[in-house]
Amino acid sequence: MISRLWNDLEGTFFPESALDFMPVERLREVQLQRLKTVVSLAYERVALFRERLDARGLKPADIRSLDDVRRLPYSMKSDLRDTYPYGLFAVPMTEVVRLHASSGTTGKPIVVGYTAQDMEVWKQVIVRALLSAGFTRGDIVQNMYGYGLFTGGLGLHAGLEALEATVVPASGGNSERQIMLMKDFGVTAICGTPSYFVHLIEVAQRMGVDFRRDLKVKRGLFGAEPWSDGLRKYIEGASGVKAYDIYGLSEIVGPGVGSECECRDGPHIFEDHFLVEIIDPDTLEPLPDGQEGELVFTTLSKQAMPAIRYRTRDITAIDPRPCSCGRTLRRIRRICRRSDDMFIIHGVNVFPSQIEAALLRTEASLPHYLIVLTRRSGLDQMEVRVEITGEMLRDRVGAMEQLQKRFARSIEQVTGLHIAVTLAQPGSIERSEGKARRVLDLRESKS
Amino acid sequence: MKIRQISVFLENQPGRLSALCRALAEAGINLVALTLSDAGEFGLLRFITPEPDRAEQVAKAAGFAAISSDVLALCLPNRPGGLAAVLTQLEPHGLSVEYMYAFARRTGDAVMITCFDDVDLAMAALRTAGVSMLKPADLFASDQPSV
Repeated sequence: MISRLWNDLEGTFFPESALDFMPVERLREVQLQRLKTVVSLAYERVALFRERLDARGLKPADIRSLDDVRRLPYSMKSDLRDTYPYGLFAVPMTEVVRLHASSGTTGKPIVVGYTAQDMEVWKQVIVRALLSAGFTRGDIVQNMYGYGLFTGGLGLHAGLEALEATVVPASGGNSERQIMLMKDFGVTAICGTPSYFVHLIEVAQRMGVDFRRDLKVKRGLFGAEPWSDGLRKYIEGASGVKAYDIYGLSEIVGPGVGSECECRDGPHIFEDHFLVEIIDPDTLEPLPDGQEGELVFTTLSKQAMPAIRYRTRDITAIDPRPCSCGRTLRRIRRICRRSDDMFIIHGVNVFPSQIEAALLRTEASLPHYLIVLTRRSGLDQMEVRVEITGEMLRDRVGAMEQLQKRFARSIEQVTGLHIAVTLAQPGSIERSEGKARRVLDLRESKS
Repeated sequence: MKIRQISVFLENQPGRLSALCRALAEAGINLVALTLSDAGEFGLLRFITPEPDRAEQVAKAAGFAAISSDVLALCLPNRPGGLAAVLTQLEPHGLSVEYMYAFARRTGDAVMITCFDDVDLAMAALRTAGVSMLKPADLFASDQPSV
């Protein structure tokens, strides 16, 4: 609970955030102590982890320093699928007070569980995330993450209540009502996916609602999907809403693994609960701070489902530079791509985020787009469909063809590939109410 | 006199043009002149209507990208050499014609809907050359009496 005493002081210091400023030496001590505990717990209670440790001739007692984490085996999404639903749980079901599940694009979802203490930790990291993004008691916050099995809605909800903000549990969808609620309820801050908010900006325009003139929304905490700095600029330019990035994934805790402070230069990781590593995804060797690779987490306080060296598939780097906000928590660079988003076109690795960056570079506002993958005579083909807006439209065919060429040239500059760009009618590309679907894969067999 | 023209983007998909025409028809909007350009991968419908504002709104509400722009309606004698004479007079002004579409009226003249690269310069040049340009009111009313 937020202490009203502290709130009434200069208005900036919050006891919940004190952990963000812990001296580094102390932080490492806490991490090591918690790492030892979690490894012992997982060894005792999770068969898969015990087998993997035994196969390496390792015992929990071999973890003597933080660097010893590198001796532990990795885990990944397939482990959750293989042991579906409860195989990685480290507590009896009587201790599990909440289950969440990810949609999972193929077959079964993945399931995650929380003990009462896990729920408490999760709530605390979200409160710290909200505070660092400038949310306070007194804010009226519209939470547009989906409520339900997805961790976003209920996760943020618990944190917002603990912050004692006024929560509007709007969940996703019904875009015109979202705008109406913002207006009528005097909403001052929002949470949701960045792509859904981009859609809402468009809906508001259509309704004749001006974000700056008619609404009071000042800040937004956006996450659950990778989004670029270009998109941040677009959101802030088009709506005046200051956009902060919150990072998380269900397998670790949900949203609140890390979050941006007022400097908005990459999320600080809540290192007292999540041990962060970057590895080379091919050699699996750990990489030094500053070098780009796959993000790997070990949960330091999770009880129900500890994750040991969990490979997130997110590609980023640890930014060890001190942040001007004074937090001692290290930051990661903003995640713009995931290794499993990648596809190979004519032998070149392409990420959807590169296409987004190329389109933003051409138009300065993000058009709706869809990457369509097909396979012709055994080769993967890619086409980018871009929706036309009134601002882009010209009455001269030549000017429209120029626009098409500018998109194609920009994509070529970023990816090195000549990719067909098709202009599409407004509204013809499906809008998502949760995570954006930017890729339509029409290849018959995927490798 | 400038005439407002509405341009609508048409994706290269069956039924797009008829969907647009249906929406305009339902709103009771009459098209006086139109041209459909085909760039291979998309179409652009440009048209003249007595109610450009409403037509633009109707097209947008039906989910199309639409804009309005200014063109000129040149009134020329409907006989060989009518257009050639006007274009020759414009030559020294360095104006270029972006596109044109025409219709003949029962009054015996031809109306050339013309988009110039510089509409204001073109208007001044045409006025000096004594070429008659139709006002919106003339364009929409004067076709009524039959000769």
